[in-house]
Amino acid sequence: MKKDTFILGGREFSSRFILGSGKYSMELIKAAVENAGAQIITLAVRRTNTKESENILDYIPDNVTLLPNTSGARDAKEAVRIARMSRELGCGDFVKIEIMRDSKYLLPDNNETIKATEILAKEGFVVLPYMYPDLYAARDLQNAGAAAVMPLAAPIGSNKGLASKEFIQILVDEIDLPIIVDAGIGKPSQACEAMEMGCAAVMANTAIATAGNIPLMAAAFKNAIDAGRAGYLAGLGRVLERGASASDPLTGFLRD
Amino acid sequence: MIKINGCNINADELSLSYYLEANGYNKKRIAVECNEEIVPRSEYDAFILHSGDEVEIVSLVGGG
Repeated sequence: MKKDTFILGGREFSSRFILGSGKYSMELIKAAVENAGAQIITLAVRRTNTKESENILDYIPDNVTLLPNTSGARDAKEAVRIARMSRELGCGDFVKIEIMRDSKYLLPDNNETIKATEILAKEGFVVLPYMYPDLYAARDLQNAGAAAVMPLAAPIGSNKGLASKEFIQILVDEIDLPIIVDAGIGKPSQACEAMEMGCAAVMANTAIATAGNIPLMAAAFKNAIDAGRAGYLAGLGRVLERGASASDPLTGFLRD
Repeated sequence: MIKINGCNINADELSLSYYLEANGYNKKRIAVECNEEIVPRSEYDAFILHSGDEVEIVSLVGGG
């Protein structure tokens, strides 16, 4: 079978599971990364004081691509500052734009996200914008130089699943970039469904971090994402409008 | 006054490199911004903070 990979910023990835690193203890991050088989891990940038003796980078394998986010940014200008700082931290050129002005629902601001994408793409960043699934915004992000678009499935951290399924499907059908479902995916079956729809990858954090057994849930997501991808590549069987269709032969019954 | 990560430091001039070392920062794990502009790591040694400067010192943490 042909190797199934996808490309972001000129880099080839075989894992379609992007793992968030928030809300874990340091020891569990390593186990989660290994069980997830993830090649991309998201991180955040924050003010630091020297009291923190541990650094998260010590717990992430070297061959993993770091994807710092711009969480905390309230507009494009702040997101651009955070992205530049993340590059200075040695993270490389990948950045996930995350701009929120609403502290209750934490919904991304598509307009500011488009502005930040345009600036950072011109500066050579591989820009992965987290966005509300809107076709026009996705087109603008593509024109602004985004490497992928990351529509939310449901409010961030909610574990509510594919609430915006129909609108994500429109992006999959219409946007010629990898569509990576980000935020709200709560269980493996939902990650699987997103992959069956033709999404390029799934990003999850809270679903893993709040699970009873973190390494096991990371493995469950990996398997679900692999299964969903294979289902998509195989081409799903048709659905009948009505009625039934026997799977068994309609001849040779034990009666005349 | 020099503002570092939101805290006022009572100084008119301060060597960035001296401040980072005196406070035990691992220079390989941080990024520094002064008045919203990045200070490249190679410039820490020669960089002098002045009164009124606003400095951010950041590092990577877990996030989604």
